Amino acid sequence: MTKYTDQGKNDTRSGYGAGMTELGRTNPNVVSLCADLVGSLKIETFIEENPERFFQTGIAEANMMGIAAGLTIGGKIPFASTFANFATGRVYDQIRQSIAYSGKNVKICASHAGLTLGEDGATHQILEDIGLMKMLPGMTVINPCDYNQTKAATIAIADHVGPVYLRFGRPKVANFTPVDQKFEIGKALMLSEGTDVTILATGHLVWQALLAAESLENQGISAEVINIHTIKPLDDKAILDSVKKTGCVVTAEEHNYLGGLGESVARVLATHHPAPQEFVATQDTFGESGTPEQLMEKYGLNNKAIEAAVLKVLKRK
Amino acid sequence: MTIQNEILMPNTKELQDLVVQVRRDILRMVHKVNSGHPGGSLGCTEFFVALYNEIMDLKDGFDMDGKGEDLFFLSNGHISPVFYSVLARRGYFPIEELNTFRLINSRLQGHPTTHEGLPGVRVASGSLGQGMSVAIGAALAKKLNGDDHLVFSLHGDGELQEGQNWEAIMYAAGNKVDNLIATVDRNGQQIDGATEDVLPLGDVSEKFRAFGWDVMEIEDGNNLEQVIAGLKEAKSRTGKGKPVCIVMTTMMGNGVDFMMHTHAWHGKAPNDEQLATALAQNPETLGDY
Repeated sequence: MTKYTDQGKNDTRSGYGAGMTELGRTNPNVVSLCADLVGSLKIETFIEENPERFFQTGIAEANMMGIAAGLTIGGKIPFASTFANFATGRVYDQIRQSIAYSGKNVKICASHAGLTLGEDGATHQILEDIGLMKMLPGMTVINPCDYNQTKAATIAIADHVGPVYLRFGRPKVANFTPVDQKFEIGKALMLSEGTDVTILATGHLVWQALLAAESLENQGISAEVINIHTIKPLDDKAILDSVKKTGCVVTAEEHNYLGGLGESVARVLATHHPAPQEFVATQDTFGESGTPEQLMEKYGLNNKAIEAAVLKVLKRK
Repeated sequence: MTIQNEILMPNTKELQDLVVQVRRDILRMVHKVNSGHPGGSLGCTEFFVALYNEIMDLKDGFDMDGKGEDLFFLSNGHISPVFYSVLARRGYFPIEELNTFRLINSRLQGHPTTHEGLPGVRVASGSLGQGMSVAIGAALAKKLNGDDHLVFSLHGDGELQEGQNWEAIMYAAGNKVDNLIATVDRNGQQIDGATEDVLPLGDVSEKFRAFGWDVMEIEDGNNLEQVIAGLKEAKSRTGKGKPVCIVMTTMMGNGVDFMMHTHAWHGKAPNDEQLATALAQNPETLGDY
């Protein structure tokens, strides 16, 4: 299998910040909004270099989403940023009416998604956001896997006309995608070819999937790993091509199994090519306090959980 | 301050004819589909007629960005009948299209939307409390673009019970969004009754003032001349470091005697007989659609 190297741990939110810095220098229409979490979103450089294009809304996410919608009227490309919980569930109706239904070119940029923000606990750990956002007609949903890919995705969505939900996280994780890899919305990335099982992973779980595939290879199991960085629109063809070859699939995501990537994949398979599927995801539960590693272990979201799911799904082929 | 009728009114007779015709449009639209919101629409007819025909600097045609012209956002989207009628009669789309209000496959949805591409609408509204934030965003975009045109918005008074308004009110004052004129339709009514019975709003002007807005009042929002004078006064107050709020007192159901002094017609259409009575009180002026 293809080997990937961790170029040095980094956080995906810093990838967002770096992407914003570049957009600030290259795209005069890009504007940034934040609801009192500038440091957490890593957008200090953008603000320093473009103070007139930054809007601090205070702890008022509903107003931030509305202002972002309004800024598009006049040609601006607003990147509205806060924690994933406050960027989705808290403001669902504002996004639904003022952004999605109104077809506004707003980029909703959400850090601290999933369990891995850690110690703050379940009030801040949203595991439902992918579902909430993918259900909105016209919304693009992206969950990049590492620093490099988050930076590339941030830059890429500025050129996409329409609302986007960009989901990333807090912890420093392996940074392994090529630094110069262009981000193509909706185009799944084949990371490692295999023949026995397909692993479709998104976000922080992509690296865990690669670790699992390496271990499986030592057991004589050939796993194909695909990075589904875009959950909507889903790359149906890449998924079907792979599953037609391997005959079974494991989906892996830092999200509830209800409403997440796994269900989107199940729909594609049920419609076109039914195949056994196992879900590495949280099991309809809230999170809790703990270190990211402890939480991923407890809630079954790491390489070991993926490995176990592969062994289980292989028996169902 | 109270607006006095001291400014000479141009074209007031023509605009008054338009007011009456718009009332007829509203009544006929909601009657045809036996649904919609005539009360608040009738209460804001003078405001819409004045805004679109006397106050706003508008380009010909419609484009979403609206650069180089004044913009308007309707936050209380349920009064779509008056919005649609005034837009159509201002030339944004064919007047005959008012016939399609709330029908299947229509651009004139129950609540205004950009989704069907109706010219004149720049954001969906209906779920209340969101319009001021959007108007602020559009006003900020105008500042970034070096466009010195204004952004107007209209809000129901009951709508101020939505918390997002107060986030927006705080933001606009704190960030000196002084190219924004937000008008509150103070008709004192909402679906379940009087605003002061459902959830008291108290002194709306003082609340805005306390948040740092420049606040003025239009005592009779159904007096066309007062409305025009008030809106002109509001325009003169822009660009001075504060967002401008107009608290405009109106009568829900204005112009139709049995729809006034009650909240009963907030979201109810007249029957055939009631329509005939209402139309008789508002004789055709510019021609029905």
